[in-house]
Amino acid sequence: MQASAAASRAIGQVEDDRALTAVFTAYVTTATIWLVIATAVGLLLAFKFGAPDFWAAKYLTFGRLRPIHTNATFYGWASIGLVGVAYYIAARSCGTRLYSTRLAWLGLALFNLAAIAGTIALDLGCNDGDLEYREWPWPIRLIFLAALLVTGWNLIGTVLRRSSEDIYLSNWYTIAGVLWTCVIATVGVLPWYQHGLGQVAISGFYMHNAVGMWFTPLALGTFYYAIPKILSRPIYSYALGVFAFWTNLLFYPLLGAHHFLFSPLPWWLQTTAIVFSVAMLVPVWGGSANYLLTMRGRYRDMIHSYPLMFIFVGVIGYLFGSTQGTVEAFRSMQAIWHFTNFTVGHSHLTMYGFVTFALWGGIYALLPLATGKTAGRIGLAAHFWMALVGSFIYVISLSIGGTVQGLDWLHGLPFIQSVVDMQPYYVWRGVGGMLMFGSHLVFAWNVWRMTSGQPGNAASPVLDADATGEVAA
Amino acid sequence: MKKLLLIAGGALGIYIVIVLLVAVLPAIDLSGTPAGPGVEPLTALQAEGRTVFVANGCSYCHTQQVRPLDEDKVFGRPSAPGDFAYQTPELLGSERTGPDLANVGASKPSDVWQYIHLFDPRAVVPESIMPNFRFLFRVVDKVPPGETAVPIPEGFAPTTGKVIPTPQARALVAYLLSLKQTPIPGYTMNGSMGGATNAAPMAKAGPAPATAPAGAYQYVASKGEALFTANCSACHQATGTGIPGAFPPLKGNAAVDDEDPTLHIHTVLQGAHGVIIGGVKYDSAMPPFAGQLSDADIADIVNYERSSWGNHAKPVTPAEVAVVRAKGQ
Repeated sequence: MQASAAASRAIGQVEDDRALTAVFTAYVTTATIWLVIATAVGLLLAFKFGAPDFWAAKYLTFGRLRPIHTNATFYGWASIGLVGVAYYIAARSCGTRLYSTRLAWLGLALFNLAAIAGTIALDLGCNDGDLEYREWPWPIRLIFLAALLVTGWNLIGTVLRRSSEDIYLSNWYTIAGVLWTCVIATVGVLPWYQHGLGQVAISGFYMHNAVGMWFTPLALGTFYYAIPKILSRPIYSYALGVFAFWTNLLFYPLLGAHHFLFSPLPWWLQTTAIVFSVAMLVPVWGGSANYLLTMRGRYRDMIHSYPLMFIFVGVIGYLFGSTQGTVEAFRSMQAIWHFTNFTVGHSHLTMYGFVTFALWGGIYALLPLATGKTAGRIGLAAHFWMALVGSFIYVISLSIGGTVQGLDWLHGLPFIQSVVDMQPYYVWRGVGGMLMFGSHLVFAWNVWRMTSGQPGNAASPVLDADATGEVAA
Repeated sequence: MKKLLLIAGGALGIYIVIVLLVAVLPAIDLSGTPAGPGVEPLTALQAEGRTVFVANGCSYCHTQQVRPLDEDKVFGRPSAPGDFAYQTPELLGSERTGPDLANVGASKPSDVWQYIHLFDPRAVVPESIMPNFRFLFRVVDKVPPGETAVPIPEGFAPTTGKVIPTPQARALVAYLLSLKQTPIPGYTMNGSMGGATNAAPMAKAGPAPATAPAGAYQYVASKGEALFTANCSACHQATGTGIPGAFPPLKGNAAVDDEDPTLHIHTVLQGAHGVIIGGVKYDSAMPPFAGQLSDADIADIVNYERSSWGNHAKPVTPAEVAVVRAKGQ
């Protein structure tokens, strides 16, 4: 009797694992498709800077494809991928099954429905304004909000089923990230306070909070789970992670208006944004130090672990990208860099060098544990080096180009001179973009191998604890 | 349960309070910003044009906000809160791959220029990387009554047929030409680095923003060329030949090559409309530059035009510009 109960529990466990794996796989797969679509569009856009008459027809014109690139990256690739990882982390770190597999599938359907409908609407020239990252018509943004609510409900339900008293730090970040984003999406969609300059205030808030209170916490949650997992050692300081969590919450939401420095927005709002842009150094440096110190003494292990390499680049991207953001927020720096391509470089350093590398690291570290299949070292190496070198070329060229552009303006040259001077940097951006896009095709192949390929063609992403005899996390 | 409530509920509650304080409440307040002096709502046609502007994502490359910085003076006076009273969705923008458009209706007031530029930006600005918007135009064999063909320069025009704007293009151009900053008397704003200095370039009393020190003027060709490129070449072209049927040539232009510079200086200062040059009547409007360029700048431009493309006329001084300026219209 007792034996059969144990057996049925074991069978239940196997079914739960299978359901979790199916959910995780489906989120990663659709996210990967969105990454390939979004960056194919991005590459076409980069090409158009050198060949403006290429495919200039109505449905392929630059101004319609540009928001398709950003929104598909944000709400297709990064959102869906990070939520998939968050589900896996929630279930595993709580030692339980998902609260509801059906809700997870429903959420996936809603996320994809929103991204498909949004992409089509933008291409038809149907948008709610050229408002960065919230161009989708509002009914479509409500679908995205519904997906968030479903996800929040499901994550909270899963954590409530946990077997331990403590809630692992990753879940703090992912659950809070989803809840915060529900607020952001609601504030972004309600119309009553969004007339003229009032809408500018919301734009400043929205465009930065949608990044820093959504992608940042989910990516950091991934770090807090994946780094200890790969290294088989606990996080350096749990307390530092908690401290970074609350300081991020207190500082980040206030800095959005730094996108509108020197605009007619109230001066106090702009100054507040600058002050808190500086304050953000506290959670950023604290958090980054925590990850790097967790990896201390194990850097040589990176040679054996591409998942760790991806995460390491992600941490450095977080540190550099966020610190760069602080520097950019000063009025003296904005006088040169605002409106230039430097900003485009910055957004790629953060959304790519930080968020996307973090997500890749999370997927490469955790998906094989779920499916029992790995991608193989050559595939990972090809992906890693192409993406790294490509993004390096991309960010460096636009940072230099953006500075040249800003100095041209500062020196009072005719505007068209700044267009001419950007040309070589646009070419280099295209070269970097080509490498990045190529790496995404390799990534798609790797995902296929981790989900539908043969099991056991490479070592597990989890490394042994090091020789000092540390115990596993 | 209690622990989760504390973390999730606490994080959510704190966030909502902050969001109300830094976003929603300021937005409620700012939504009621009254319109500035002379700022009017768009007409139905202009509003339709604004929709075309938004649908095609023009604001991803063009801002509509002039900052109180020296480098932005070329685009107009610093934007004021009252400028945006009727602008929803807001189009302040975040990038200047192309120039700011807050005052483009004043700086490029010719609808013909706007049509040619939309049809093929490189027809008027060879270095431009703006995409063409040919999909806003139709090519017809015979121009229908009531319509006007756009004089697209040779080499950019279709081999057969005439180019006419679609209603969408007409609406878009009506919108672009409506983008004119209204003067605000005595307008001051925070200075470039946060001080409370007066940084309004055009709003101060008096016609000239700056006057050159008398007797110190020396014409520098490179400066003249830069000013010409920034202000004149979009219509008159770097070659000085203009666009046949649309914008008059300066090369061999009788007024430019004349020993008496009065008409030449007067045209640059006050603009022109419907003039006949070389037997051809030009309907396009030329904007006045008296409000934004100093006597020395205008002298530089005039001298550049009088000494380029085979023109050989006597150079002028800022003092002569000041005399013509003083006469007014």
